[in-house]
Amino acid sequence: MSVNYIPATFAVLRDNDRCIKCRACERQCSNEVHYFDADFDKMLVHEDQCVDCQRCVTICPTNALKIIENPNSFRKASNYSQQLILENYRQSSTGAVLLSSMGNPQDFPVYWDKMLINASQVTNPSIDPLREPMETKVFLGKKHTHITRNADGSIDTSGQSPQLEIAYPIMFSAMSYGSISYNAHESLARAATELGTFYNTGEGGLHQDFYQYKTNTIVQVASGRFGVSKDYLDAGAAIEIKMGQGAKPGIGGHLPGKKVSDDVSKTRMIPKGTDAISPAPHHDIYSIEDLRQLIFSLKEATDYKKPVIVKIAAVHNVAAIASGIARSGADILVIDGFRGGTGAAPTRIRDNVGIPIELALASVDQRLRDEQIRNEISIVAAGSIRSSSDAVKAFALGADAVYIATPALLAIGCHLCRSCHGAKCNWGIATQRPDLVKRLNPDVAYKRLVNLVHAWDHEIKEMMGGMGINSLESLKGNRLMLRGIGLTDRELKILGIMHAGE
Amino acid sequence: MITIDAKNKYYKELNREIADAPDSDVTVENVCGQRYIGTNASDKTITVIGTPGNGLGAYLNGVNLVIKGNAQDATGDTMNAGEIVIHGCVGDACGYGMRDGKILVKNDAGYRAGIHMKEYNEKIPNIIIGGKTGSFLGEYQAGGRIIVLGIGYEDVCPVGGFCGTGMHGGEIFIRTKKRPVNLPAQVEITTASDEDMDSIKGSVSEFCERFDIKASDILSSHFYKLTPNSSNPYTELYVNQ
Ligand code: SF4
Ligand code: SF4
Repeated sequence: MSVNYIPATFAVLRDNDRCIKCRACERQCSNEVHYFDADFDKMLVHEDQCVDCQRCVTICPTNALKIIENPNSFRKASNYSQQLILENYRQSSTGAVLLSSMGNPQDFPVYWDKMLINASQVTNPSIDPLREPMETKVFLGKKHTHITRNADGSIDTSGQSPQLEIAYPIMFSAMSYGSISYNAHESLARAATELGTFYNTGEGGLHQDFYQYKTNTIVQVASGRFGVSKDYLDAGAAIEIKMGQGAKPGIGGHLPGKKVSDDVSKTRMIPKGTDAISPAPHHDIYSIEDLRQLIFSLKEATDYKKPVIVKIAAVHNVAAIASGIARSGADILVIDGFRGGTGAAPTRIRDNVGIPIELALASVDQRLRDEQIRNEISIVAAGSIRSSSDAVKAFALGADAVYIATPALLAIGCHLCRSCHGAKCNWGIATQRPDLVKRLNPDVAYKRLVNLVHAWDHEIKEMMGGMGINSLESLKGNRLMLRGIGLTDRELKILGIMHAGE
Repeated sequence: MITIDAKNKYYKELNREIADAPDSDVTVENVCGQRYIGTNASDKTITVIGTPGNGLGAYLNGVNLVIKGNAQDATGDTMNAGEIVIHGCVGDACGYGMRDGKILVKNDAGYRAGIHMKEYNEKIPNIIIGGKTGSFLGEYQAGGRIIVLGIGYEDVCPVGGFCGTGMHGGEIFIRTKKRPVNLPAQVEITTASDEDMDSIKGSVSEFCERFDIKASDILSSHFYKLTPNSSNPYTELYVNQ
């Protein structure tokens, strides 16, 4: 045993009474955990390669498999987890930066779980969404400060900035082709189209095949400018400038050359096999004025017909930054919290940089109201909206809509093994390997996405109805609908809510 | 040819007028800081007299721009096709993320010229700068070709510091005998071979012709060629958690 012995994180338990040696698990596992040993006439395992993606467990015809946490452990200490020790071993043997994926798994407070939603009793009747009309459609974009009316009494909409009309207040957030597969992108694009909402190309360009879904596509422009061309900008219903990402604030993107396949290379417009590097900063943006310059260059290129979105990571000074962005000419602001997912991020950054979306959203909404510029920009909350109740709480804290990514991937088969950066996703999502990609059937997957959004929308309407609210507009920023539970005065103050019982 | 007077016109109005002009040959006079000229136009040759503002030719798609004067920052940002010819100097971040077409600058360029330039198949962008450039020339360059001629700067190195930082594709040619200082480790520097010189001969001759410079004098000088030594500079940087 070497000094750097790295024990398996998971134990693969096979019930040999049940196993019929069909070798399906062996064929299905891209991590090559299972293998058949002819001498022993037995299935054996390379346990250390298991990432607990549950693919084999799901596929095994005789339910012979279980993956559990490896019960073998180093001596316990509450200040020094086994994880930390193993990371040290990995780094001391390679000299490399730790890389991981999906959202921050550390034990930080989840404020969604510390807020409770109101309901009407007696004095303000609740509304039954099955019987009464409920409005969850949203228009994102700059709004006029005052309502003026035409001679016939109708509202004057002239001079209105372009708006993004979404049938549900839920959109699929940016995931690039490259970080996720063709089939995953197709599923998102088709679901967004059927739902009347939007998916987002991420910074990897737009595959030719998906131009047909352009009415429901948000195209992203990041520092690397991959795949950004006139056609691409024209294709988007809106253009999103990526300044930051919640999972890795202050860090750019880096798609390793091995993931730049033929097709990915075509979409990104770079040679096959070269690293696709998007550094953290846009090297032409050093101020809000510079950001304004990029925003208006995009508006000029698309004839002022499309809303421009600016996406930032939730960081310490987010309220002041948002105030600048609201004055920069951007139509929509996306705030991405620090628990948001990623296809790959340095572990230390993912786990330690940024702030929770709940606090960021509350402080941004408040700041923009205080400065009387809230109408200048719509706010989309992102970065760990896990369920419809998280979404309702986000609306009450001031979000106009939410972006979801991890829930969307779960809907199409992700088992949250947090191994996307390995590019061998057994569920055909975070991979470019054709044999794995084909495991994801877009015909099935897109319907599951549609189902998910329908289900959430219904739940949102039920919660709204319970509060006696029949339009999302009346829930937006309505913090009286929230109460904190087990929060300090300071936390309540930032969230702008009272404690339960008050 | 149509002439448009830019005096006292806001860029939005001016650019609309240029794009809508019923002639493919447009001259714009009295330009004074108007941004994004050429961005919304197509199939035109636009001659700019004066000083255009930032974002000149951003996302340019097949338009030819001729600037009789200096240009400012973010010229040719994410340019897709076409040509920008500047009879003067250009500001910072010229040709950011450019993926095809060419930018010819008679005199000097500011910082970060050619940053993030990319190429794909037959789309190979070109930037040629007659004079000198600021620091970070070709930063993160992923493709395409940058040529700095250093005309009038024969005694010094005509590029600033940190040339080619993060470069992982494409090539940079510099006409000089002085090696650039503090080149990053991943950039290889060699004296341009005869074969290399043949590869840039056409572009350099065209540049010289445009600006009335004797090409043979330029082409017979010593050039350095900078190329990255890896198209995967970060592969060794990470270990899976
Ligand atoms: S899939 Fe199940 S039954 Fe088949 S070899 Fe694996 S463990 Fe045995
Ligand atoms: S997308 Fe695939 S690799 Fe990433 S967490 Fe989900 S199942 Fe694992």
